Amino acid sequence: MFRDALLVLGKDLRIELRAKVTLRQVAPFVVTVLVLFAFSLDRVLVRDVNVADTITDSVPVAYVVPGLIWLALLFALLLVVARSVAIEEEDGAGDALRLSGLDPAGIFLGKAAAVAVQLLALEVLLVGGSMLFFQARLAAPALLLSATLLATIGLAAVGTCYGALSSGLRSRETLLPVLVMPVVAPVVLAGVQAWQKALSGEVGDGWPWVRLLMVFAVVYLSFGVLAYGALLEES
Amino acid sequence: MTTPSDQLPASTGVSGDGRPQSRIQTVSYLLGLASVASLVVLTVLGLFVTGPDEVQGEVVRLLYIHPATAWVAYTAFGVTSFAGLMWLWPRTRRPMWDHIAGASASIGVVFTGITLGLGSIWGRATWGSWWVWDARVTSTLLLFLLYAGVVALRQVPSSLEARARRTAIGALIAFLDVPLVHFSVKWWKTLHQEASVLQPSGVQVHGLQLVTMLFSFLSFTLVYAWLMIQRTRLARWEDQVLAGGLDAAIEARQAEAGSDLVGSSR
Repeated sequence: MFRDALLVLGKDLRIELRAKVTLRQVAPFVVTVLVLFAFSLDRVLVRDVNVADTITDSVPVAYVVPGLIWLALLFALLLVVARSVAIEEEDGAGDALRLSGLDPAGIFLGKAAAVAVQLLALEVLLVGGSMLFFQARLAAPALLLSATLLATIGLAAVGTCYGALSSGLRSRETLLPVLVMPVVAPVVLAGVQAWQKALSGEVGDGWPWVRLLMVFAVVYLSFGVLAYGALLEES
Repeated sequence: MTTPSDQLPASTGVSGDGRPQSRIQTVSYLLGLASVASLVVLTVLGLFVTGPDEVQGEVVRLLYIHPATAWVAYTAFGVTSFAGLMWLWPRTRRPMWDHIAGASASIGVVFTGITLGLGSIWGRATWGSWWVWDARVTSTLLLFLLYAGVVALRQVPSSLEARARRTAIGALIAFLDVPLVHFSVKWWKTLHQEASVLQPSGVQVHGLQLVTMLFSFLSFTLVYAWLMIQRTRLARWEDQVLAGGLDAAIEARQAEAGSDLVGSSR
């Protein structure tokens, strides 16, 4: 199972390295979203150079920026998952994968891992962008890292399941958001809360949210491992 | 020469399987009658027999609808997930489970919508706001959106088998999310504020109010059961029309061609 997962992960990442869709299309998109957030929340986020330090305390940054990061990541998730499905739809690649004899659970883990790796790269960009644009200051690295990693795994697992579910459907682009967004609502809530606690110095209150993120990741990873075989049967 | 009795087999022929069909028909009639009767009784109990509440006044009458519709919504989603599971399990895989899952999901979404709407009215009357980010209200809204997605997934045209699989898996993904949504939203609110507005202490339901409320649960469960029978049968007929559509079209074309042939030979 894990060997198969590594093979599929390698394949998906190689395709990304050659086609660079996430790098050339999704990465600029998330940066644009950050800029648009600055426009839509300018009184909260944008420092006015003429007034001496408009954002004197870090409260808005600690409470608003985590939400923006997670929302932008959610948009990116939809694009990355759509891409992950699209590469199997072209040239009968999905059929080849089905016939390859690889363990469906392995295929699921591989595809989810590829989505997770791309999300992590986008998170680095988003966090870096927030530090640059909004003067976000990171704190409590253990809390931030564990929350982010677990949330990413959960998002990738759900995204991959729904990606396979909507694969081959003509209305995939509109269907994917309406399916994925409500299901990942707890991840956004928990991720934002954990980040807010970390940035505002209430680190202790952040850890229960990490546990919730862990449960979410475990639930949907297990579901994908068990159900992906049935999803691949899809004609 | 056709008599009405000649046409009868053709019209019931769509539904197919004879005897059990008529039994379902009888159950459906009885359930329908019982639902209407119990709704009439509930209306009388709720609007005339019970009095206004000391604290809430006339608005308290929502107590006889709102919890019952919520109960139907939750039950419907439970049934959807169970039916999805039964379809996925190879030994119990039958088209019936898919029809039940689809029927229950759409009824559940409608009742969740009704519950939210009534709750909003009640909220305006008692808390002074059409919307409150209360834990239970928020999870119910997310539940509505989750299963609206499942219903949307079901509407996408595809083969019957693929649609059944999508519905079943989609319903299970949504069902697994219910406890996660519940706890995350609960923590979200309780970590911020101590007590939720939905649980005012000291408010009790008793006497005639309690009887009426319990009766409303029975009443709406009957309505749900009746709707389930109708929607499940409808789903089966739709599938039969879809499956039979091509054969019927070919037959019709052949008949047409046959009559053309006869016409030209003359």
